[in-house]
This record gives sequence, structure tokens and C-alpha cells, in this order.
Amino acid sequence: MTVVSAQSLSLTFQTADAPVHALKDVSLDIEEGEFVSFIGPSGCGKTTFLRVIADLETPTGGSITVNGMSPAEARQARSYGYVFQAASLQPWRTIEKNIALPLEIMGVPKAERPQRIDKVLDLVELSGFAKKYPWQLSGGMQQRASIARALAFDADLLLMDEPFGALDEIVRDTLNEALLELWARTNKTICFVTHSIPEAVYLSTKIVVMSPRPGRIHEVIESALPKERPLDIRESPEFLKIAARVRDGLRAGHGVDA
Amino acid sequence: MAWMRSEKTVPVLTLVGVIFLIWYVATVFLNAPFERDRAERVGKEPPSFSQLIPLTMAQERPVLPAPHQVAQEIWKTTVGMAVKGRPFSKRSLIYHAWITLSATLLGFLIGTLLGVALAVGIVHNRAMDKSVMPWVITSQTIPILAIAPMIIVVLNAVGISGLLPKALISTYLSFFPVVVGMVAGLRAPERADLDLMHTYSASRAQTFWKLRLPASLPYLFTSLKIAIAISLVGAIVGEMPTGAVAGLGARLLAGSYYGQTIQIWSALITAAALAAVLVALVGLGHRMVLARMGQKEVAI
Repeated sequence: MTVVSAQSLSLTFQTADAPVHALKDVSLDIEEGEFVSFIGPSGCGKTTFLRVIADLETPTGGSITVNGMSPAEARQARSYGYVFQAASLQPWRTIEKNIALPLEIMGVPKAERPQRIDKVLDLVELSGFAKKYPWQLSGGMQQRASIARALAFDADLLLMDEPFGALDEIVRDTLNEALLELWARTNKTICFVTHSIPEAVYLSTKIVVMSPRPGRIHEVIESALPKERPLDIRESPEFLKIAARVRDGLRAGHGVDA
Repeated sequence: MAWMRSEKTVPVLTLVGVIFLIWYVATVFLNAPFERDRAERVGKEPPSFSQLIPLTMAQERPVLPAPHQVAQEIWKTTVGMAVKGRPFSKRSLIYHAWITLSATLLGFLIGTLLGVALAVGIVHNRAMDKSVMPWVITSQTIPILAIAPMIIVVLNAVGISGLLPKALISTYLSFFPVVVGMVAGLRAPERADLDLMHTYSASRAQTFWKLRLPASLPYLFTSLKIAIAISLVGAIVGEMPTGAVAGLGARLLAGSYYGQTIQIWSALITAAALAAVLVALVGLGHRMVLARMGQKEVAI
């Protein structure tokens, strides 16, 4: 089943001096259970595309459906969970209360909440930290809590906007591994925005290489790596071959003109 | 008691000591001319410096009363009256302080409610955002001394007198910091926090109760500390130009009519102490709320 389907999608921001073409003529289908990474330099529209799926931005041209609905309907149907670059946990709520936030807003019965919270805390391996406040947790743990929050209401689609961008390499490796395991256990569809080539190749079944001005899809690379991926797969020839293709794609799309 | 072991104690006590020293020195110099004149009038030798010192601190109507004179007066009119079983007699500072305090608290309460209500309106309504804020700021550019008698007179004309007019002058001053702080607080959530609520399809009411309001509380309490102090100023000012017979303001006014400087200074010190206690109480509320919200201790 197709979860996200975009046809010649465009989004132009009107600014004071000149219009900015954040997205131009983007067409892409994302199938159920896929792990899709969006990679490209700043201004290539990868975050904007994710925000359009989430109904946080309104496209100015083309069409897009999420679970066969418009993004606004999909949002109202609680079809997706969104993870931002910053954990955005409420500092006045404990971790379990933070995870309860979407449940409260969506009207999940009070009796049902503890069991759901326990389940997602277990998924992100934060079980012992339910009663802690965000400032008592490390950056990586905070981001795991925010992933748990996005999982709490059982949406089938997980949208992640550079969730590990602000974390150091070692923590990022651990979280990447944990995310793959979580994806395997839950069978969710994941859209993942990143700046990092190894991260994109390690995680994804499909890598969307984007280029800026106007923001567009340069190339879609299907990954043939097995679903089971230990960290050292990153030294295998297959991995390096895909990474090289992504790098070539970024270069050809004028992605490295920084 | 955190302040006992805090490293602030010694500097604060040192400063208090310095202030008292300056005060005593000033007492001698400011009150000396009166003693010299008195000696001259009766044809005596002007007193020597060592004779002068005790004389300058024992006048009935000194230019500047000595700290211990003020302390004695405060003691006599508070604890002294209470011991006599008349803590609420018209000669008791407790009575006058209570009159002013009741207007302060009522004005502060109305001011806080009004300030929060206006801030909620300003944050949620574009028209109010554009139209109300300039008026809020303009209101504070009018000297309170000019507007206080008008409020009392106008309200009297429509049959409202007593506590409420005075409280409304406190309100007039205290709503302002609450509006400004609360608008900033309700707008404190970042874009990502608001986006998150949007992805949950949260209603405006849910966003208010679960995001904006809790985020605004630290701002609110900072404003409340200012608001309670100027509420007291408002209540005193409200008592001064209107011929009030009770309250710290009335006490200040009566003192200045009759040159009772000791009475003026004890009313002043009482007002300052009252303000300090009120601000400390709001600060305590601040800490308790923040502790319940899981925050680390904050500096006041």
C-alpha cells in the first residue's frame, strides 16, 4: 500500500525580495514499511517536504496524499508521529507525562495511558526514566523520549526531521542501531531527514537525494542491503558502493556548492 | 533557612551596617543647627561636639530622626499597642498598615486578573494585539499622583467609596507588569513546540492549557513580584491626596502636616518592610510552583 504519494508537488515561499522555490515538481511514492531517507544540502527542500506531509506547510502546486487522504485529514486522523531536530520536551513534565501529552490531547482514556507509555518507553529503552525530568537526561536520551512520544499513539507513519543532528557521533551510532531495531519490531513506515551520508545509507531502504534552488529530487537510490544490519556493515563493499552513489548524486545535483 | 548559610549574609549585613553608620552621622549633622540655635536663643555657650551628639538624637521633631528613635516609635505603635490590647486602635501602626495592606491585596488581585485576561486576549486576538498594547503602555505614562484623586472623586460621585477606589489605584499600577510579563510568557513557546501541538491537531484551548499557560508561569511570577510592590505604592498614593484618615499614606500625610518626622519615618520603614514581606511571599509562591514543575531552584 502506498503511504505517501506526491505528484509534481511545488511550494514557493513569497519573501520580500524574491520568491523562494522550496520544492519544485517533486513526485515520489513511499510504500508501507519502507525506511526512506531524504538527504541533501541546506535549502534542498527535504525538511519542507516532510512538513508538507505533516500538514505543517501547504503546497502551492501539485498534489499529495497521506494514507490516501489529504495531509490535513491525515493529521486529524492521527496518521503520523513527528520527531523534531530538538527533542522539544516540556521541561515541566516528567518523561512519562511528556509521552502522555499527545494521549491527553487525543482523548485516550486515562486507564489506557500507563500501559501505552510503558510500551513505548520499553521500545526506546528508557524504562527506568519515566519519573525523571528532561533536564535529568542526556541529549540522546531526551531524543529517545521524543521518539517514544511520537510512537505513543500508534501512528503507522513516523516523520523524523534530523532527529540525531545535534548529537555526537557515538550517541548517533547507538541511536541509529536502536532505531533500526525499533523499525523492525514495529513495521512502521519511516521518513527520515539527514545531512549524513553514512546515516542515510545505514538506515534506509530508499535514499532520496535532493538538490537546492529550486528544491527538487535529484535521484532516488534503492538500497539492496539486508534488513538485518550490524554497525560494521558500514565497512562492507555493498555499503560503500551505495554511499559512493549517494555522494556522486549530491555532487551532480550541485549539492556541494557550500 | 537557605539565607542563613548563603554567602550573601555577610555582604548584606555589612551593607546594613554601613547604612546605619551614614544615617547616624547624618543625624548629628542635620540636627546640630537646631541645637546651636536653641543654645543661642537662651544665651548659652554653643554645646561642644560631644555634648551635641546625644542632643541631636533626642529631639522631638528632628530633621532626621536617629534609627533607634524610629525603631522605638515603631515598637511603641505596634508591639506596644498590641500589649495594651489595642492593636487596632487608630494610634496603632498595625491598624494603619492593615488598612493599606487590604487595599494593596485587593488591588493586586484585580490587577493580576485584569493583566492575565488582557494578555490572553492580546496573544489570541490580532485586533487586540494591535489595539490594546499601545493603550496599556500609554496608561503608565500618566503620573499616578495626577490620576489618583480623579479616580477617588469619580467613584465617589457614583457612590463607590471606601476600599475599592484605593484598590483600583493599586490595580492601575499593578496590571501593567502582569500584562507585559504574561504576553511574553504566553509567547515563550518555540515554533517547534507549537508545531508539535499542531501535529496532534490540538485545539487552541488545548494549546493554551497544555503549552502556553505552563510556559508562562515563570514570567508571571517575575511580574507578580513587581506588581505586589507597586500595588503597595498605589495604595499609599491613593491615601495621600484624598484626605484619608487611615492607612500608611494618611499617617505620612498627617506626620508632614504636624512636622512629626519620627512618625513619617516609622510609616516609611513600615511600608518598606511590608513591601519586602509581600515580595518575599510572592517569591516563595514562585519557588513552590517551580518546584512542583520540576525546575531546578531559581535565583530570586
